[in-house]
Amino acid sequence: MAKTTFSIFRGDSEGGQFAQYQTEVGEGMVVLDCVHQIQADSAPDLAVRWNCKAGKCGSCSAEINGKPKLMCMTRMSDLPQGEPVTLEPLKAFPRLRDLVTDVSWNFGVKQGIAKFAPRPADVQDGTWRMQQEDIDRVQEFRKCIECFLCQDVCHVLRDHRKHGEFAGPRHFVYAAALEMHPLDTADRVEALKDQEGLGYCNITKCCTTVCPEGITITDNAIIPLKERVVDRHYDPLRSLVRGVIGR
Amino acid sequence: MASTFVRTSSLRFGGGQPRPAALEHQRKDRWWLSPLLTALGLGSFVVYATWAALQGTDYHVGQLLSPFYSPEIWGHSPHALFGPPPSWLPWPSFLPFSAAVLVLAIPGNFRLTCYYYRGAYYKAMWADPVACGVGEPRDEYRGEHKLPLILHNVHRYFLYGAIFVWFFLVHDVWKALWFPAAGGGTTFGLSVGGLLLGVNAVLLWLYCTGCHSLRHLVGGHCDEFSKNPVRFGAWRFVTSLNKRHQLYAWCSLFSVGFSDVYVRLCAKGVWHDVRIF
Repeated sequence: MAKTTFSIFRGDSEGGQFAQYQTEVGEGMVVLDCVHQIQADSAPDLAVRWNCKAGKCGSCSAEINGKPKLMCMTRMSDLPQGEPVTLEPLKAFPRLRDLVTDVSWNFGVKQGIAKFAPRPADVQDGTWRMQQEDIDRVQEFRKCIECFLCQDVCHVLRDHRKHGEFAGPRHFVYAAALEMHPLDTADRVEALKDQEGLGYCNITKCCTTVCPEGITITDNAIIPLKERVVDRHYDPLRSLVRGVIGR
Repeated sequence: MASTFVRTSSLRFGGGQPRPAALEHQRKDRWWLSPLLTALGLGSFVVYATWAALQGTDYHVGQLLSPFYSPEIWGHSPHALFGPPPSWLPWPSFLPFSAAVLVLAIPGNFRLTCYYYRGAYYKAMWADPVACGVGEPRDEYRGEHKLPLILHNVHRYFLYGAIFVWFFLVHDVWKALWFPAAGGGTTFGLSVGGLLLGVNAVLLWLYCTGCHSLRHLVGGHCDEFSKNPVRFGAWRFVTSLNKRHQLYAWCSLFSVGFSDVYVRLCAKGVWHDVRIF
């Protein structure tokens, strides 16, 4: 088994530095396996958040060689061989310790988005009727595991730290899932424009690139939401037509 | 029970966690290659298109008309819709008259406000960010939330204009298929130039029809596709093209530029338009 050097950030919100560790890498190992091995062998106080080891809980998000990824889904064989592997915590959120960040800001943002508000039931037993083609588009968004890699790579949060004005791609996916739902009656367009800062997104598609679930965040969620904002605020012709025909 | 989470106006980052510095990164791949190629590609096109549009000459030969100059509203070629430029048309004396200047704003702004190109040139030309996960050089950021970039929201209007212009390009292809006959009249045929204009029109159609705004307008705004089967069909079709929007954006950009180069070199006599049949 070959030895690989890991350069892992050690520190907290007040500062820190990279520490070097060497560990043996076997066939089929992922980055999280190596981190656990380092914990067991030489750094028992290394803080790392993890849970399912199957790419479904979204806990082990980190920056591997500068790219936001899930540690449990990043195979060592896919990284440059013979070179040190750099591991850092997410940069868009406050560091707690080592590879662990405080992502609770996201939960507050999510709670601020208008909840699912279905229309009255279609039939007397209190249920609704939907067609598959009505719900196909939304099902893509339901794959989100809330790993917040998209939030981390988004430069509006990462570089400009507009956490107070911008909800971030994860919450635009959440809003799109509700807004495009065939049963939903709530209106989120005004809030997306004014409170959630949809206009700050400049569509660089970094969020789509890092999504471990392969959600086409920019094209299927953010741009359609931007177009709904355009419908209401930046399309005078459409407003005129709607005014004339009364719809 | 009341929510325990409160949307904070700003997150408290510790003193040891400043925002990433300009170009700070830990990436080990060639992250600079994509923005560099984009900058070279877009920059070359903008420089050439500006130069070509300001020439006002060598934009037509025989039945061929450069797509930069179509529709030729006023001009000195047989393709001009309304003949020579009228005397009342204001034109700066230091510039030769060019029909391209009158129309290029429509396809130019269609591309400028295109969702794909926006993301591409924000990275390549404005380093905003230069690549994913690489630190930005500027502190201030307004995005498309405020002026001037909020104006990009008029993209759908340039889409309408681009579709209008596209019909003229198709008409140009049709005209390029008819050659003067020996005994007078015209005869049907195809030359390399006509083929080039045809491929260009097809690529532009693929690019325009895959537009994100069109995708929304034809059906994306509906939440119940089952009640709008025609819109659903249109949305699915546009979505299928939208998945390759980046590819069509680049292919059509190249085909427009090369079509102009081809016609220009034919007009200058550097090469001749070869008739295929």
